[in-house]
Amino acid sequence: MACISPDGKPTESGTKMLRALQAGVGSPEEIAKEAGLPLFRVRSGLRELAEAGLASQKGDKYELSPKGGEVLGASST
Amino acid sequence: MEEVKEQTSHMPRIGEPAPIFEAVTTHGVLKLEDFKGSWLVLFSHPADFTPVCTTEFIAFSEIHPELQKRGVELLGLSVDSVSSHIAWARNVEEKTGVKIPFPIIADLNKEVSLAYGMIHPGQSKTETVRCVFIIDPNQVIRTILYYPLTTGRNMDEILRIIDALQTTDKNAVATPANWRPGDKVVVPPPNTQEMAEERLKQGYECTDWYLCKKKL
Repeated sequence: MACISPDGKPTESGTKMLRALQAGVGSPEEIAKEAGLPLFRVRSGLRELAEAGLASQKGDKYELSPKGGEVLGASST
Repeated sequence: MEEVKEQTSHMPRIGEPAPIFEAVTTHGVLKLEDFKGSWLVLFSHPADFTPVCTTEFIAFSEIHPELQKRGVELLGLSVDSVSSHIAWARNVEEKTGVKIPFPIIADLNKEVSLAYGMIHPGQSKTETVRCVFIIDPNQVIRTILYYPLTTGRNMDEILRIIDALQTTDKNAVATPANWRPGDKVVVPPPNTQEMAEERLKQGYECTDWYLCKKKL
């Protein structure tokens, strides 16, 4: 898991992607730019975040899920 | 004998779509399609913690910024575990100061190795030889290089091939022997007698009608 640690918390790159989603950035290309990560990492990471229920896919774009919002809130406190 | 046959049954070819894969890597689970839109250099090495491979990984890391400038991603592979890859990458950084910036596939079940014809039983039945697959943004194989276990790869040549492929794609030309960026390129040969005669009047540097060069 590249975006979520074994303890269930998002990694640094996972947090960057979740923050981009929170900011309303939805396409992998835009998230890669916003998060400063390679596009292949973002595509793979978004898949992982969606499988974990932290993001949801709508067509070619992604959104932060309520669970993703909770995890992001918990990790920033 | 059956095992040898199985390991050599598929050899990808230039111009064909790159075999799709989903693989565990040091950067998480990656699919070939994750690289769509970028050029990709997929390369295999025989094993972690071996001398020639270590020199190659340092060299690949050193050309990584040049590859990035050209829109190229790097992806390594060997029949080793992720833990082994992580330990080796950390060891290389600790001993040489070079950080490995690209993902490495842990191909323990040899799925990707076999799909790409990376295991050559005449060299080793268990390790991948030194393969390089240059895959374009449409995920078509554009170049294949195979090196034996004992010969480390030439990074200049890998960069040169990428420069040549990108130049030929952009300008519909070909590149002559030992071409380097900035050198003259080869104009595609004419297909008809009329075109051959016209070619000689077009101001190219022509040795004859079939071999003409121009500056880009």
